[in-house]
Amino acid sequence: MTLPAWFALLVAFALAAWTVREARRRTARHEAGRRFFRHPTAAWGIGVLAFFVIVALAAPLVTSYDPRAQLDVVHLKNQAPSWSYILGTDVYSRDLWTRVAFGARVSLLVGALGMLVAVTLGTLVGAVAGYYRHWIDAVLMRSVDVGLALPRIFVLLIAIALFGQLPLAALVLVIGLTSWFGTSRLVRAEVLSVRERDFVAAARAVGAGPGRVIFRHVLPNAAAPIIVSAALGIGNVLLLEAALSFLGIGVAPPTPSWGNMIADGAPYLASAPWTTLFPGLAIALVVMALNAVGDALRDALDPRQEG
Amino acid sequence: MTEPLLRVRDLKTYFVTEHGRGTARAVDGVSFELHAGETLGIVGESGCGKTVTSLSILRLIPEPPGHIRPGSVIEFEGRNLLALAPPDLRAIRGNQIAMVFQEPMTSLNPVFTIGDQVAEAAIIHQGLSRKAARARAIEMLTLVGIPDPAERVDHYPHQLSGGMRQRVMIAMALVCHPKVLIADEPTTALDVTIQAQILELLERLQAELGMAVLLITHDLGVVAGQADRVIVMYAGQVVETAPTTALFDGPLHPYTEGLMAAVPRIDAPKSRLQAIPGQVPAATAWPSGCRFHPRCPHAWTKCKIEEPPLLGTGDHTARCWLVQEPARRKPAPAT
Amino acid sequence: MTTAPLVDIQNLVKHYPGRPPVRAVDGVSLSIAAGQTLGLVGESGSGKSTVGRTVLRLQEPTSGRVVFDGEDVFALATGPLRALRRRMQIVFQDPYSSLNPRMTVAQTLREPLEIHRLAPPAQMEARVTALLEEVGLDPAFAGRYPHELSGGQRQRVGIARALSVEPRFIVCDEPVSALDVSVQAQVLNLLADLQKKRSLTYLFIAHDLAVVRHIADHVAVMYLGRIVERAPAAAIYAAPRHPYTRALLSAVPEPNPRATRERIVLSGDMPSPAHPPAGCPFHPRCPHPKKNDRCRTETPALRVTGDGPAHLAACHFAEEPM
Repeated sequence: MTLPAWFALLVAFALAAWTVREARRRTARHEAGRRFFRHPTAAWGIGVLAFFVIVALAAPLVTSYDPRAQLDVVHLKNQAPSWSYILGTDVYSRDLWTRVAFGARVSLLVGALGMLVAVTLGTLVGAVAGYYRHWIDAVLMRSVDVGLALPRIFVLLIAIALFGQLPLAALVLVIGLTSWFGTSRLVRAEVLSVRERDFVAAARAVGAGPGRVIFRHVLPNAAAPIIVSAALGIGNVLLLEAALSFLGIGVAPPTPSWGNMIADGAPYLASAPWTTLFPGLAIALVVMALNAVGDALRDALDPRQEG
Repeated sequence: MTEPLLRVRDLKTYFVTEHGRGTARAVDGVSFELHAGETLGIVGESGCGKTVTSLSILRLIPEPPGHIRPGSVIEFEGRNLLALAPPDLRAIRGNQIAMVFQEPMTSLNPVFTIGDQVAEAAIIHQGLSRKAARARAIEMLTLVGIPDPAERVDHYPHQLSGGMRQRVMIAMALVCHPKVLIADEPTTALDVTIQAQILELLERLQAELGMAVLLITHDLGVVAGQADRVIVMYAGQVVETAPTTALFDGPLHPYTEGLMAAVPRIDAPKSRLQAIPGQVPAATAWPSGCRFHPRCPHAWTKCKIEEPPLLGTGDHTARCWLVQEPARRKPAPAT
Repeated sequence: MTTAPLVDIQNLVKHYPGRPPVRAVDGVSLSIAAGQTLGLVGESGSGKSTVGRTVLRLQEPTSGRVVFDGEDVFALATGPLRALRRRMQIVFQDPYSSLNPRMTVAQTLREPLEIHRLAPPAQMEARVTALLEEVGLDPAFAGRYPHELSGGQRQRVGIARALSVEPRFIVCDEPVSALDVSVQAQVLNLLADLQKKRSLTYLFIAHDLAVVRHIADHVAVMYLGRIVERAPAAAIYAAPRHPYTRALLSAVPEPNPRATRERIVLSGDMPSPAHPPAGCPFHPRCPHPKKNDRCRTETPALRVTGDGPAHLAACHFAEEPM
């Protein structure tokens, strides 16, 4: 790898560490912030996430090759890690580190956007069901029950069969549309409890309509499960994308995504393990970091611990 | 004068607060004595330190963030409770000194029957067998006036009303016939007719069992009806102590006067209440000098600088410079 | 006086679903004249808070009518109901849950003004400042969050919020029960001052008879969803007619160690509103010496007593001494 790339990589590490320190400093004033960082893995999780986000954003800077370039199919395929190719090369002689870095863009983007769709939908449904109760609640929650019972991969396979290989946007949408059910239950439970609090009755007494009550009063106070859902949700979507890409129905090659990189390297597990190890490690690290952050957030935002 | 059953001298309990907001000096030099058979009332509003005082006696303060300062003395029958080893202290808790808490909803364990909970103390301290302890529990439930005790002994807390639960709490406290009962706001969470029942029960039990009672409350009416002597607490200190009648006949401390004027009374006609201006200061930043001076209508320069000790003669003392300089008392404003 | 009352509650009933249904409010009729304070007293389970919330239509009633300033509250559609909300407001008991923890004081006070378009954005800050000053708070509190305020301060913000729409009628649902004695007096004085200044009418709900004494013109006592006695304040305290009222009064601990009042101690607890006793709801606990079978079978109506047309009691033996 070239010297400028090395330098940029070191800067990325430093920046990630600085992010953790800044986050810790800026939240020290809040009780929830201090509780968050009391978890030993929370800081580590923020650091790992920050690192990958920085790498994804600055992918061209921290790498020296083109992610799709096949460098020398004869001599450089399945090369073990070396100083020139720090994570090795894959079966098509593409530099693995470059592909991991650019793959981060795809995987993280799909993860974040998919989670956004899922959490938004889940929150809306859960809020409406919890606020209005009675028959609306019954209808919505039975739909959620059905949704939870559906095998997701099956649905996606059907979608592929019907529409062929999905473009990225459609993939994100389909993943989001099939991942919101759990969130809706959590949000509904929280909304059921918040709506009984006096300040909600006070808002209604003052003349607020249901929209204002739900969006200004109920949801901001039901935010805890939504935030935790979001953090954990990205991890789930990431894993789902990896599985789909591995199966060949997710992100299409040659665009690198961590999932299809594993698919590419799978036949060479014994002879060139690094081709599957490094993308797999990337997935594992990010998902673990998201879980650590999600857990710490859940404890930090726990209202029972407030005063 | 007989030896006091419980003697507290210069009790200081401090709490370390997070994030550099300083130390909360919740109890800052409290002294009092409790004699056998008498009821001592501790009166004060929230933040005055009365609950922390009661928890300190039985050393129920969580050790971080709270700690009882060295130099504090808590003596029960001559033994220093603060120097006892844990097994000896446990032998006293629930056995010789028992406590009743404010919230009957949360002080009972929801997954055990009330019979089990009442019997627990008997099993621990008196080594009774399960059968004997159960019989004892039924005895106690009868004593505290729970109807159908033989049936109720197997009920769970959620099957009982608030008043019933508080009776169960009292039964739990009394099962080993303690010499001292600490009752921390035992009726505050209850309706007024149930409160009357519980107060009558406590009076009867005290007469029957000959206990000393430390009654902690914010309600001056409760104290007037139940206590032989009263101490008034404010900002972590005792600001006045007197026999009950003397206190109500002629309070010495302006805070006590203010409290009495602020309490709404049934026998008074519709009128404006005399409020105490301002609010209770934070335990991390007690005012200098006399802690009540920012809210006191009579305060002068000395009050801002020098903290008064308990002044006065005999059994009626007050922590106020007016005791020494009564001429400084400003006349009451025309209402 | 033949002017119509400002608030006229007619046979209000609120049952919560269940097997059997919970009869929280079981036929309550009250009227409040403009400028007056009616104290509604009862213990937990009496249904008093439910009356307060239902009158404001924060809950839908099971049956009954409430006429406010000539309008039938339960017959209004959404639009007219919102307009009505300007004229009837509520102050809640728990200062810790009555303010949205995620909104600053200023945001909480601006919301009613925004909803009803009572001030252009340029004047909002001035209005908020005026409201804070009116309830005795430093205008600097506007930028604070509820958790930075004490209980008494939060309660004042709740009162300011109710005042922001310039109501005529305020339901005060145990507004001082959660406050310390010294703060309680401050807030009660504030409510009394505001009533004079703004010609407000109050429905003051409380369990503390002593507190009600200091603010109410008339008092109604509730037990198990019904009114058992109603009279001008002085009459209720001087000569209560219903045995429950008498027990309630005698149970209040008086700050007078020399008092030798005979305490009437009731036995047992208030029955659950899901299982009210037959006949007179109070009969199982009633200490009246004349209690008989009639009490077990016949529910006494709220009738005028010998003290005058304004003093009503629901007891077969209201005229007999206890």
